[in-house]
Amino acid sequence: MDFSLNDDHLALRDAVRRFCDGEYKLEHRGNPETPEQATRRWSGMAELGLLGLPFPEAMGGSGQGPVEVMVVAQELGRALGGAAFVASTVLAGELLWRLGSPAQQRRWLPDLASGTVQAGVALYEDGVRYDWRRLQMQARPSGDGYVLNGRKTGVLHGDSAGLLLVVARAGVPGAPGDGLAVFLVDAQAPGVQVHGFDTLDGRRAAHVTLADVHVGAERVLGVPGAAGEAVEAALDAAVAALCAEAVGVTEVLIEHTAEHLRTRRQFGAPLAKFQVLQHRLADMVIALEQLKSMACAAAMAVEADEPMQRRRLVSAAKVLVSQQGRQLGLSAIQMHGAMGMTDECRVGHCTKRLMVIGQLFGDASWHLQSLVAITSGQAA
Amino acid sequence: MKLEFSAADEAFRLEVRQFVQSRLPADIRRKVALGLRLEHADYVTWFRILEERGWLTPSWPKAYGGPGWTAVQRYIFDEETLLGNAPRIIASGIQMLGPVLQAFGTEEQKKKYLPGIRQSTTWWAQGFSEPGAGSDLATVRTTAVLEPDGKHFVVNGHKVWTSYAHWCSMMFALVRTDPQAAKPQEGISFLLIDMASPGITVRPIRMLEGGTDLNECYLDNVRVPVENLVGELNKGWSYGKYLLGHERTGIAGIGSCKQQLARARQLARQQGLGEDPLLQARLAQFEVELMALEFTALRLLSPNQQSRMPEVEASMLKVRGTELRQAIFETLLEIAGPDAVPFSLAAQHLEHLDEAPTDPSLVALAANCLDARKLTIYGGTSEVQRNLIARAALDAF
Repeated sequence: MDFSLNDDHLALRDAVRRFCDGEYKLEHRGNPETPEQATRRWSGMAELGLLGLPFPEAMGGSGQGPVEVMVVAQELGRALGGAAFVASTVLAGELLWRLGSPAQQRRWLPDLASGTVQAGVALYEDGVRYDWRRLQMQARPSGDGYVLNGRKTGVLHGDSAGLLLVVARAGVPGAPGDGLAVFLVDAQAPGVQVHGFDTLDGRRAAHVTLADVHVGAERVLGVPGAAGEAVEAALDAAVAALCAEAVGVTEVLIEHTAEHLRTRRQFGAPLAKFQVLQHRLADMVIALEQLKSMACAAAMAVEADEPMQRRRLVSAAKVLVSQQGRQLGLSAIQMHGAMGMTDECRVGHCTKRLMVIGQLFGDASWHLQSLVAITSGQAA
Repeated sequence: MKLEFSAADEAFRLEVRQFVQSRLPADIRRKVALGLRLEHADYVTWFRILEERGWLTPSWPKAYGGPGWTAVQRYIFDEETLLGNAPRIIASGIQMLGPVLQAFGTEEQKKKYLPGIRQSTTWWAQGFSEPGAGSDLATVRTTAVLEPDGKHFVVNGHKVWTSYAHWCSMMFALVRTDPQAAKPQEGISFLLIDMASPGITVRPIRMLEGGTDLNECYLDNVRVPVENLVGELNKGWSYGKYLLGHERTGIAGIGSCKQQLARARQLARQQGLGEDPLLQARLAQFEVELMALEFTALRLLSPNQQSRMPEVEASMLKVRGTELRQAIFETLLEIAGPDAVPFSLAAQHLEHLDEAPTDPSLVALAANCLDARKLTIYGGTSEVQRNLIARAALDAF
């Protein structure tokens, strides 16, 4: 059991922090990005090697792993930044890496790493909530490829993604496997309609409608009908990264709150003198240490990639992040009083990001249920 | 970063597990598993078995007979012994006084007292709290006045909450030697007192769960030789603080949490609640929180992973670990359902277990649950710990 960070991790952390300090002004963190900011930051992240961080160097990547992704995500969390880093590099990248043929990887990973193409995973559908294994979209064989029809929901940063990884059913009924397959769909392809919308945390996502979208055989990732395990692994990698991001957000949230307690005076004394607030702060820093530990454990589990252990630790981390992240944010707002409810105060922005992270890819109940299933599976 | 323990650590874990399985006497194991009362002889028996193997004093330096383990090994040892239902190592001699004597004691004191701790021949009482000095320990009023010939202190006062004082032949105590000192912390000394001295009266305190492990000790003109002063006169406060902050790997009680969570899962099946969705969700939640606690304890030991407030890391672990353990105990009580209601003090002793009005596994649950309230009170209450954590956080964030 080794949680140590080495000098390379520290250097990476410092580099990302310098980048964020330059790009994200303290008093604007969490605000929606202007198109110019979005473009400049995305290419800045590419130059730093962040967008291809976990890809092999031969694919234009930096050859790093989930622990480095954690270090980066934590820093991006501090800046309430990073845009589609998790959606494109971690989630879509992992899926491409797991399922793609060497030719497909060579075709797409370098573009993702250089920031030329941003990718999004179109997985969820109306009515499935978090249970993506119940998705209904059918891929109908046609000629040498498939035709896709249907609607995908909640594609993170879907309206800035040039490449959509669409998960649909392509298995022959009765055949072994989960029937799932992943299709590489050009966002500009005929029949693709992307309906972008704002999210609670000032970011973007999209619902995507596909109407008779033809996908050639060379754009099917892996063997159709058995993609479920890879989707699960990619989601776990994304959840681990979000947990790390939540650590960064929480850290900043506590910095703001401690500063407020030190400087704000009421009843003739700084708020820091009031024990009831001291104890809330104590609980916040205890929670932070626990979130950090779980983010590390999730990253290590993604790296070790033993499916049962990975699911267990990632779910455990997400339970804690979903429960405590939101609670910490709401507590910080309370401690800031009415000021905490203004758009100007940054704790609200931190809280909104923590709330969104809490709801993405399975909330606390969803992951608690998977833990119960894993535990009873082990007991049986 | 790596999730697995090293091969050497895993081998060590197995060695400890097998040792506990083969050497822990079955009756003691049963008592611990069922939460029954342990007698003095049970502790002594187990401690001597550990000492014979060189494992009784894991936190002591090698020079004083410690095994020279890493922090991770100590952690594994703690976990495996508790999961194997061995009695916990009682802190006062081994984890509290031992390190203080090693750091501040004279050679004579070390030679005289350390062997007795290791051989479990001398049990030490902790004479810190007083009726007027609980969390605010610096206000201790028990006085020690040096006699004119400079050879003895005369001690007068009243100590309370003294664990196992009826088993102890010695006490280490915080006493006031300079009532005029500018700050209350500055006039305190650290004295070793023979419990057989004339003028000492020990009176057991009956606790709400029926136990009598705690006592009050009256000291009435007790004469203590001057060579029993540890360190310098009036510097006792810093030794007391050193003592309370010394043992950090065990402070969160992670092994105990795991032990009780395993007990909860087993009792849930036994009570027909193995499929109860609400209970299963609660147990899964405990599992998450226990993981978070365990990984935090291990992470904070790792390079480049120190928190911004290293001075209160032990406090954070204590607050979280003790509150979690109490919550698990409450759930144990709920698992017992109506069987938590019958109460038999006698049946909490192994030899009277057959008189129990319920299944043996449930006899001590309520008492254990109540007894666990001490966890957030002793060694600095959760409230005092949060004061310390907040003060550090206001500086560090």
